[in-house]
Amino acid sequence: MSNSAQMSTAAIRRQMLAEFWFYFRQNRGAVVGLFVFILLVLTAVFAPVLAPHSPATQYRDALLLPPFWQEGGRAEFLLGTDAVGRDMLSRLIYGAQYSLFIGIVVVSIALFGGIFIGLVAGFFRGWVDAVIMRVMDIILAFPSLLLALVLVAVLGPGLTNAMIAIAIVYQPHFARLTRAAVMSEMKREYVTAARVAGAGNMRLMFKTILPNCLAPLIVQATLSFSSAVLDSAALGFLGMGAQPPAPEWGTMLAEAREFILRAWWVVTFPGLAILTSVLAINMMGDGLRDALDPKLKRS
Amino acid sequence: MVRFILSKLLYLVPTFLGITIIAFGFVRILPGDPVLLMAGERGVSPERHAELSAQLGFDKPFIMQYFDFLGRLLQGDFGNSLVTKKPVLTEFLALFPATVELGLCAIIIATLIGVPVGVLAAIKRGSWFDQLSMTTALVGFSMPIFWWGLLLIIFFSGFLGWTPVSGRISLMYFFPQVTGFMLIDSLLSGQDGAFISAVSHLILPSVVLATIPLAVIARQTRSAMLEVMGEDYVRTARAKGMPSRRVIGVHALRNAMIPVVTTIGLQIGVLMAGAILTETIFSWPGIGKWMIDSISRRDYPVVQSGLLLIAGMVMVVNLLVDLTYGLINPRIRAS
Repeated sequence: MSNSAQMSTAAIRRQMLAEFWFYFRQNRGAVVGLFVFILLVLTAVFAPVLAPHSPATQYRDALLLPPFWQEGGRAEFLLGTDAVGRDMLSRLIYGAQYSLFIGIVVVSIALFGGIFIGLVAGFFRGWVDAVIMRVMDIILAFPSLLLALVLVAVLGPGLTNAMIAIAIVYQPHFARLTRAAVMSEMKREYVTAARVAGAGNMRLMFKTILPNCLAPLIVQATLSFSSAVLDSAALGFLGMGAQPPAPEWGTMLAEAREFILRAWWVVTFPGLAILTSVLAINMMGDGLRDALDPKLKRS
Repeated sequence: MVRFILSKLLYLVPTFLGITIIAFGFVRILPGDPVLLMAGERGVSPERHAELSAQLGFDKPFIMQYFDFLGRLLQGDFGNSLVTKKPVLTEFLALFPATVELGLCAIIIATLIGVPVGVLAAIKRGSWFDQLSMTTALVGFSMPIFWWGLLLIIFFSGFLGWTPVSGRISLMYFFPQVTGFMLIDSLLSGQDGAFISAVSHLILPSVVLATIPLAVIARQTRSAMLEVMGEDYVRTARAKGMPSRRVIGVHALRNAMIPVVTTIGLQIGVLMAGAILTETIFSWPGIGKWMIDSISRRDYPVVQSGLLLIAGMVMVVNLLVDLTYGLINPRIRAS
């Protein structure tokens, strides 16, 4: 009996996944975005295998070499070298690890924090809700990059602190979204039914209501992932994020700034890497929204 | 309407107090003794230390210090910079017009291009124009603007030599700052070429700063237009034989503009964050660069008050956006 019930749940899940994929596939950009994102993940995972050189090795005989197709370029440094003779391509490949890591950590902290806060506010309402939402409003009153910058100034520059700062700044978006979703779900009959059946607050919050609020949160998480990559690169660029010699793309750009009029490649490639990854994730986010938003599905 | 405005204003009070607590707490949670921090590397004698502590109020309880801080704020005293020794408010007001000028130009560029592109893309839904413009908008939305600025410098300043790399005007020109807005002041000065110089300095930073708002406005306009064009009243207007231009221009566009106006207003936060990066790249002497420089110089009174002033400004602009929204959409007022 229980076996057949499990089977049917699995079947439903499979069907939902098939439906999701059907709608996701309709958006060609989203599929391209997903493809590029998978490439990015593979690059990050296999960086030690893919990179022709170590990201930190300085080749003293090869300072600011142009890419191989330009005069003076060498085949062993496909995308040229930077001012201290490090291979650009290898640094870019290792940089993918940083971007993905930053995105995952920031979104996880912001998502879990935001969900918890939003659930509590939306579920208990009253003064708890009022206090929580006022605090969220206060955080949202600051321009995000500015608040992140000041937080990093307090915590001290560095990658970990930059990630914590960005996560704190993003978390109100998740809290608000969760709260709104929880409040609309609370009015539904299945919640009343579960309560009548004797479900406790914890069970109602996490097992009954939360799974039904996930769709907008997934979309927001994707968008925050790309913003996190962008903002952490900006912090790196301003000297407040990952510190040199880390091959983080924003930090690489900051180091390259003084050579912009002499060596275009040290500036162009890291930025292109940031743009490509952020764009791919945003394209994926658009597709996810189309596939997960029932309002758009019907039209 | 008065009730609506009052309720919005009342709503701001706790948020503003919260902002002051954050700005105040920020300096207090910094590790180390604030007096030693201010004294810098020279250090101070114990007597001078006690004297300074008393003078700055650091010997009082935490909560009293906060109320002192709040009291001074209400009198318009935002403290003095550790580096220049000048009042923070004076510095802020001196640099503020530069940021406003840059931000205004950016939002004008973004609106003038973004709205027509969004409307056209919605009317020609699915066409090559729609696809091209929306793909471009997505690229713009994903753009690391600090890199975009550097690319534009490489191309327009380095390769073509058309625009200067940094600053607000060529050092050749010198005239009194009447309004603080370089475009207006250069015109008022009557000096030959001053206005052209100001424009050529302004153009690249404004384009860079406009990039993300432009993308957001174009996307928002398109989706608002699409939504409105599916409404019954638009279909009715078409059905009774109204010319397409009038249906789109009068019935659809006016209603679609309601969310777009809000979007444009809400870009102020994006602009402030963008200004930090844009001003740093182009050495634009505005609030953004001032904040970055103060953070790296550990000029904490400036960071503290700058944070407060910027957040306060964003809050006031958001309030104005809310009020405008209530003005153009009576349904909001009633709720």
